[in-house]
Amino acid sequence: MAKRTDIKSILIIGSGPIVIGQACEFDYSGTQACKALRAEGYKVILVNSNPATIMTDPEMADRTYIEPIHPNFIEKIIEQERPDAVLPTLGGQTALNCAVQLSEKGVFKKYNVEMIGADEQVIKKAEDRELFKEAMQKIGLDLPRSGRAYKIEEACDIVEGIGYPVIVRPSFTLGGTGGGIAYNSQEFEEVAAKGLEASMISEILIEESVIGWKEFEMEVMRDKRDNVVIICSIENFDPMGVHTGDSITVAPAQTLTDVEYQKMRDATIAAIREIGVDTGGCNVQFAINPDDGRMVVIEINPRVSRSSALASKATGFPIAKIAAKLAVGYTLDEIPNDITKETPASFEPTIDYCVVKIPRFTFEKFKEAKPVLTISMKSVGETMAIGRTFKEALQKGMRGLEIKVAGLEDPKKDDRDLKTMLITPNPDRIFYIKLALKQGMSIKEINLHTGIDPWFLENIREIVGLEKNIISQKGKILRDRVMMTGAKKAGFSDKQIGKLIGKSELDVWNARKKLGVQATFKLVDTCAAEFEAYTPYFYSTYELEDESRT
Amino acid sequence: MAQGKQAQCRAYLALEDGTVYTGQAFGYNGEAEGELVFNTSMTGYQEILTDPSYKGQIITMTYPLIGNYGVNTEDVESEKIHCSGFVVKERSKLASNWRAGDDLDAYLKKNKVIGIEGVDTRAITRHIRLSGAMKAIISTKDNNPKSLVKKAKASRSIVGVDLVKEVTCKKQYNWNKIGKHKVVLIDCGAKFNIMRELAERGCRVVVVPAQASARKILSLKPHGVMLSNGPGDPAAVTYVIETVRELVGKVPVFGICLGHQMMGLALGGKTFKLKFGHRGANQPVMNLTTKKIEITSQNHGFSVDPESLDKETVRLTHVNLNDRTLEGLRHKKYPVFSVQYHPEASPGPHDSKYLFDEFIREMEDGKKN
Repeated sequence: MAKRTDIKSILIIGSGPIVIGQACEFDYSGTQACKALRAEGYKVILVNSNPATIMTDPEMADRTYIEPIHPNFIEKIIEQERPDAVLPTLGGQTALNCAVQLSEKGVFKKYNVEMIGADEQVIKKAEDRELFKEAMQKIGLDLPRSGRAYKIEEACDIVEGIGYPVIVRPSFTLGGTGGGIAYNSQEFEEVAAKGLEASMISEILIEESVIGWKEFEMEVMRDKRDNVVIICSIENFDPMGVHTGDSITVAPAQTLTDVEYQKMRDATIAAIREIGVDTGGCNVQFAINPDDGRMVVIEINPRVSRSSALASKATGFPIAKIAAKLAVGYTLDEIPNDITKETPASFEPTIDYCVVKIPRFTFEKFKEAKPVLTISMKSVGETMAIGRTFKEALQKGMRGLEIKVAGLEDPKKDDRDLKTMLITPNPDRIFYIKLALKQGMSIKEINLHTGIDPWFLENIREIVGLEKNIISQKGKILRDRVMMTGAKKAGFSDKQIGKLIGKSELDVWNARKKLGVQATFKLVDTCAAEFEAYTPYFYSTYELEDESRT
Repeated sequence: MAQGKQAQCRAYLALEDGTVYTGQAFGYNGEAEGELVFNTSMTGYQEILTDPSYKGQIITMTYPLIGNYGVNTEDVESEKIHCSGFVVKERSKLASNWRAGDDLDAYLKKNKVIGIEGVDTRAITRHIRLSGAMKAIISTKDNNPKSLVKKAKASRSIVGVDLVKEVTCKKQYNWNKIGKHKVVLIDCGAKFNIMRELAERGCRVVVVPAQASARKILSLKPHGVMLSNGPGDPAAVTYVIETVRELVGKVPVFGICLGHQMMGLALGGKTFKLKFGHRGANQPVMNLTTKKIEITSQNHGFSVDPESLDKETVRLTHVNLNDRTLEGLRHKKYPVFSVQYHPEASPGPHDSKYLFDEFIREMEDGKKN
């Protein structure tokens, strides 16, 4: 089959200025796509208003327009350049919204530009809550239960079928006022009445609350021959209620049995087919009730997403590059896996390490924003760390945040109420979880306060246990090879160990060198060592074999 | 949660080529030998442990964190654990899942299977990839590397050995009582999910021991015969190959994994041992008829040589896109087909379940004629 020859030039829409929720990850995907399409011989026309991006470097595209991502400007570019196709799925939500507007205005039709990757219908089906609900119900997927009411009696009937807690959202309000969450009938009647009043058409949407449920994401790709592969599963450390962008996330999913994982995989594949993403990447979010395993689909992004960049780095599978190639007609089996060279891209990466992403906040720069995490994103960056264990990756990621911690340390302020800091999601919650464990609070109780899965808490408890051991056996770690290895394997940095025993980073480093405990490097190879890898993409750990030397 | 407090004793994994890995013991204490293999699935350790195809093998999981969701009473592929040892990087001290009963440690203890953790499983995997699957021993009793290597060398090879007789059922039994299609399943170490998939599609499954003769099977008047997966070298299971040869042309036959290999042999082909096999849940297979790609669950160390098959009688239906090995075949004249991978999944993707539907169609067609 191979690539399309009926299109010669492609317009790529970038993501524009950097805003919270849409940062360099879309520069990464856009750059990959530009490179991939140019390598295939297509003329690439790029529009992105942000000149600080790599994608706007002169050699990335054939024509680069540093203009606003706005339908009026893009229409002019189209008029000037007359591209054969537009690829809107690599520039985040901004690019996607802009493409929809252009499509609605009839600009693409007027200039005979084909939308590749995803068209207007697909984007709308994923974005519009009603269309999305319909589509998911059609394929038998479970969603949070919901209903619309116009009178308080109706509302009470609906809530009976849903059960508490529920979220009440009035339709057509000014500035989204009048909504709220209700935990019992008394609260509900109050919130519902207020909502009905606030709505200009006296309509409220009552939705089952899934706050506190376990949250998962699946990164999936599809080609024009309907081959579908899962690239990566991601499990959120923070449960539903905290925006994924603000949550610590872990790849692959850690606490799903194969039965649950395959159910999620089946649902993901059914969803991408039903939404109709022809080619490229897609991100599907799920919530699972930790008490009975009930799985609901939350949303779909019919495009390369923030998580795609993470999944690409986490697995070694270049999602944006492959998405660009699929958009011009290749099928997954026709594209080689860059890392193994001999095997095709039509497979599902399997990884033999743990990846942890940790958001970075700068609430000190936004004086008016409360340092509380909710469903709207507030983080301004993130670190991603790879380790052989969750403990190692978590600690590496923590010190990468550049917030002056050398690992999972104690909270900087310990005068705050511990319970409050556990119950209300906040940027420092992880430090308070550590403190709680240190003070002997049980995993069960912390789970009750935070909704964070006991498996994650147990791992933090193990870090705390090791730390206690290092402190109590004063200095022994500097002479004991087993103890030192144990700490390094759990991600403790030299500086962190030094702080615990009152030594400098250099002291620990010297002692460690003497003990012969040194970092080893392992490859990120998409296949858990089943095939030889050719890309020098390593992470450090403390193991037997060092692949950078062998 | 209280687990792990007690000091763990050491465990050793010694290979016939002299390599010895040292780690911590979990599960059962003792000593066991087997062929050392690796599995790249990130989920499904309980299904893998209870898959009878792993008889005579020590399994290394490439995913480093194992035991996270514990074990439950439902996700089992047979009554017990069949592998002789289990090798992981880090065993979870806590089982977290709403269905979890036991944790992994207790499960291995109960099943008298030795586990080793804290070893560099990626180094082991690379070693096997480069040097091939090899004989090994796992021990918590013997701490002498030389003696362990000697024992590994002297241990039984998997080549030429009939392991099916060690895992097949002793007596014929009914998996379920009702169903419009009667399927006789030749149990060479069958995974329960094959029976479950058939039962779900309206089959009444009668499970017979691998030694059941063709005459005996036909006397049960089946609408179709299922040839199950199983452990070891297919060429050593001569009696089943003979049975299949007699069944071809008389009844629809569907073979999975070892069943596929025995089908290949029954149809005149040859099998060979792969360097380190395919074990995982991400193997891409192309259906040569539809050109569609299936992500498949696999677990095999032997393979049917496509060159050895008579193309007048046999059509090649599926191929592995990683190494181009044969993944499926079909008789050109009779309703007889088989695949090297596991359409029943469990663990693994569900992409290939349509093959069970094909089998049902073959049986329906058979009834019409």
